[in-house]
Amino acid sequence: MIRTIALAALAALAILAGPAAAQDGPLRIEITEGVVEPVPIAIPTFVAEDGGAADLARQITEVIARDLTGTGLFRRIPEEAFVAQVTEFTPTVSYANWKAVNAQALVTGAVSTSGDGVTVKFRLFDVFSEAPLGEGLQLRGSADSWRRLAHKVADAVYSRITGESGYFDSRVVFVSEQGPKDQRQKRLAVMDYDGANVQYLTDGSSLVLAPRFSPSGDRVLYTSYESGFPQIYQMDVGSVSPQRLPVPAESMTFSPRYAPDGQTIVFSAATGGNTDIYRLRPGATQPEKLTDAPSIETAPSYSPDGNRIVFESDRSGTPQLYVMPANGGEAQRISFGQGRYGTPVWSPRGDLIAFTKQNQGRFHIGVMRTDGSEERLLTASFLDEGPTWAPNGRVLMFTRESAGAGGSSSLYSVDVSGRNLSLVDTPGAASDPAWSPLLP
Amino acid sequence: MRGFKVGLTILCVAGLAACSNPGRFGPGAGGPGAGADGFGAPGGVAQGALDPSSPAYFQESVGDRVLFAVDQSTLSDAARQTLAQQAAWLARNPEYTAIIEGHADEQGTREYNLALGARRAASARDFLVAQGIASSRLRTVTYGKERPIEVCSTESCYTQNRRAVTVIAAGGLTS
Repeated sequence: MIRTIALAALAALAILAGPAAAQDGPLRIEITEGVVEPVPIAIPTFVAEDGGAADLARQITEVIARDLTGTGLFRRIPEEAFVAQVTEFTPTVSYANWKAVNAQALVTGAVSTSGDGVTVKFRLFDVFSEAPLGEGLQLRGSADSWRRLAHKVADAVYSRITGESGYFDSRVVFVSEQGPKDQRQKRLAVMDYDGANVQYLTDGSSLVLAPRFSPSGDRVLYTSYESGFPQIYQMDVGSVSPQRLPVPAESMTFSPRYAPDGQTIVFSAATGGNTDIYRLRPGATQPEKLTDAPSIETAPSYSPDGNRIVFESDRSGTPQLYVMPANGGEAQRISFGQGRYGTPVWSPRGDLIAFTKQNQGRFHIGVMRTDGSEERLLTASFLDEGPTWAPNGRVLMFTRESAGAGGSSSLYSVDVSGRNLSLVDTPGAASDPAWSPLLP
Repeated sequence: MRGFKVGLTILCVAGLAACSNPGRFGPGAGGPGAGADGFGAPGGVAQGALDPSSPAYFQESVGDRVLFAVDQSTLSDAARQTLAQQAAWLARNPEYTAIIEGHADEQGTREYNLALGARRAASARDFLVAQGIASSRLRTVTYGKERPIEVCSTESCYTQNRRAVTVIAAGGLTS
C-alpha cells in the first residue's frame, strides 16, 4: 500500500543569498500567533520536462496549492496576474517579477516521467529577502503515488516557512455513513487527509465505531458489532484482515487506543454494567484492569511519552477529564469548567489535550493544557465530537452532526487557534476521524 | 419502518398511561397494528388476539422497553412495573432467553453513551434476576446512541431513545 519514495537533495544548487529587502528578516510564519493575514504565495504551474508530464505537472501543482492554501496560512496569487511565466526550472529567479505581484514566497518546480516513475523537483524562494529558502529537492515515486509526491512538496514548503513539521502526506481512518438516523449503515474507511483515495475496510454488514491508527500507520483499532456485541478488533490496513484481540468474549469492549509503542492497547470494557479501562500488553493472553471504580471510565488516550493516560469518567457525577499514571493508580481531575467533558486526546506535541465539551445544549471541540489550565473552545454547534490531532499537533479534525430527522455527519478541521474551520471532502456522510502519523 | 413506528406508539401509550391497567393483558390488548423491532424480534404480527406465550405478545402487551431520565440508569416505578411483568412472562415461558439492549439519546459522546447504555441494560437485567430469572437466560448489549427509534432532536424523541429493550429470543444465548 505505502510505497517508498526516493528522496534526494539536488546537489550543489546555487544559493544566492541576496540582501534582505522589504520584510524584516527571512520569511517566517509563527503558527502560534494565529495568522490573520495569509501570506501571498506564487505557485506557477510546474514545468513539464517531457511530453507525457504536462497533465501530471498541472495536477501536482494544484494539490500543492490546495494543501498550502487549505491551512489558511497562505493565499495563492492567480497565475493570470503574473508578469512573467516560468517555462524552465532554474536555480535563480528574477525576484523583481515576483515582487511586482506582491508575492512573499515563490514555489517553482518541474515534473518528469519515465516508465512507471514520476520525478518532482522544486525550489522555494523568499521573495522579499531575495533568497532561496532551503535547497532544491527532488522526489521520485511511482506514477500512482503522484498525490503523495505533491503532499511531500507541500509539507517541505510548509515546514520551511513555519518551522513546524508538515501534515499533508498523511491519512485519516474514519467511519463512512449511509442511510437515515434510525437505520444507519457504517463502514470503516481510510483516505488521504484531504479526502482523496478513499478505500473501504469493512462492508457495512456490522456496525463499526471510533477507529484509531497505530503510531506506525499500518494498523487500525476499532469497535465492531460483528459478533452481535461490541468488541475491539485490530486490522492490518494493507491486507485488510481483521483480527480479534484476546479480550473476554462475555464483556463488551470499546474505545481501543494504541500506546506510543504501537503494541500495547488500552480500551474500555463493560462488565455487569460497569465500564472501566483495561490494558492489553503485547503477548499477554488477558487484559489488566487500570481503573477500578463503580463509575464510567472510558475514552483513554496516552501522552506521547507513554507515561500518562488521560480519560473520561463520571465519578464526580458528570463526565469530566482525569489524568492517571500509565500503570493505573491515582487520577487527577483536570477539567473544572462548566459542562460535561469527553473524548480527551493528547496532542502529539505533548502540550495540549483536545476534548469534546457539552454545555447548555451545545457541543464544542476545545483544547486545554495537560494540567487543565488555559481551556479554549475552538468550535460550537448542535453536535461536535471526537477530535483527532494532525501529526504536527497544529490542526484538529472532528465529527459535526446536524440536528433533526435528516441529521447527518460530516468531518471538519480547525486549526488549534480556532481559525480556518473547513469541511473535509468525503464521499457521503462521515464520522469518527482518526489521523495517521506523517507517512514515511 | 412505518409499521414499526405504529407499533411503537402503542407501546409508549402502554408504558406511560396504562401501566396499572390490568385489562391490557387480556386477549387482543395489543391492539391493531404491529411491526418488527428490527433487532431480532420476529415480525409480521397479525391483528387481533396474540398468543400470550409469543414474543410478539411480550413486545406488544407485556411491554418490551423501559425508559430512563437524562444520564440516569435508575429504574422508575413505571419501569419496575414493566420489568416485573417481563419477569413474570419469562417465568411462564422458560423456553425463551432474552437480550437486553441499552440505548442512549444523541446528547453525549459516542463512547460515553456506549458505557451509559451498558449501565441501563445491566440495570434492567439486574431487576429481572432479582425477580428470579436465571442470569444464564439473559444477556446485555449496549448500542449507545447508535440505534435511535425516534429521529427528532428534541426531548420528545430523546425520552423514547433513552431506553432498555428486552428482545426475546428462542433457545440459548451465544457469544
